[in-house]
Amino acid sequence: MSATWIAVLVTAVCCYGLKLAGLTVPPRWLAHPRAQRFAVLVPVALLAALIAVQAVGRGESLAVDPARLAGLGAAAAALLLRAPFLVVILAAAGTAAALRALGVA
Amino acid sequence: MAETSADPVRRAARDGLALGLAVGTSGLAFGAAAVASGLSPAQACVLSLVAYTGASQFALAAAVASGGNLIAGTASAVLLGSRNGLYGLRLAGLLSFRGPFRLLAALGITDESTAVALAQPAGGRTGRAAVRAGFLATFGSLYLTWNAGTLAGALGAGKLGSPNTFGLDVVGPAAFLALLWPRLREGRTERTVALAGALIALAATPFCPPGLPIVLAAAAALGAALLPSAGTVPPAREAAHSLAGEAALSATDEAAPCGQPDPAGAAGPAGDRPSR
Repeated sequence: MSATWIAVLVTAVCCYGLKLAGLTVPPRWLAHPRAQRFAVLVPVALLAALIAVQAVGRGESLAVDPARLAGLGAAAAALLLRAPFLVVILAAAGTAAALRALGVA
Repeated sequence: MAETSADPVRRAARDGLALGLAVGTSGLAFGAAAVASGLSPAQACVLSLVAYTGASQFALAAAVASGGNLIAGTASAVLLGSRNGLYGLRLAGLLSFRGPFRLLAALGITDESTAVALAQPAGGRTGRAAVRAGFLATFGSLYLTWNAGTLAGALGAGKLGSPNTFGLDVVGPAAFLALLWPRLREGRTERTVALAGALIALAATPFCPPGLPIVLAAAAALGAALLPSAGTVPPAREAAHSLAGEAALSATDEAAPCGQPDPAGAAGPAGDRPSR
């Protein structure tokens, strides 16, 4: 079995296990306010990190890709206009694709 | 007009169905991005069928795309999925499913199904039925469209040439931005944590194998959780602004002066409001 398959299966089983654990464990397990705050803030930190690294990261180095940054800018603009999820995604991909097709970026 | 007892139940089911069908189409984006990242269509489908939580799935695909450390990629995906455990804590008492139903209901816990379930006026037999109807309608419609979308996107992307030509490399970060967006509007602590997380990850990138900087960014959340002075809002009140915080709070202290939390705003990708 390839390493990628193992990663896929571990991710899938753990993500399901976390959901089941939430439905099953006694609520007092997460009663401590600091544990709650950590759990609430973890997705914020990780999502921001993922955006930053994917926006300007290339493997172990940082590199600026103008088309990709423009695509993210289009996504931000769509979010400011309260566009639905799919419109945000299409705006981002469409902007990057259009700039590349035109040879601008 | 006389409200029959079935009305809240029907309304909850309708809201859940509409939200599920709308959000589920973004499974197309995941399927395409996953295959562009180097996952096989079968791997993309297993993730959607079993993990069934968008942010984690995109995170693992990103780790595969960067050719980086799969252990770190898996860790960041699982950390991102931990919020579903908190949703489960909150939903357990409301849904009160038992036995095999609980095993199935656990799969259905997502930002969207939790938002719809918690948006129902709970209380009494009708309230309980409405919570269940909202949860199950969202689960059913979102699960079907998300998985059908994943399959279609994964098979379709394989037929395209270079993923960058179609901007597929921007799909992942754009999806993350859409998921993060409603959280950034919640308060200064969220924005500070987001900024710190991004800076930690960027600073670590030249020195770490790809994937690890994402896990290190969790330190930003840890710091904010441990610092008593983080933000200007008292912890209890601030936590109440988010769905997960509200969940844990009400589990410990029913009388907490939380104001009116807004579960629909705290969850759901594009800040979709299920029942307005």
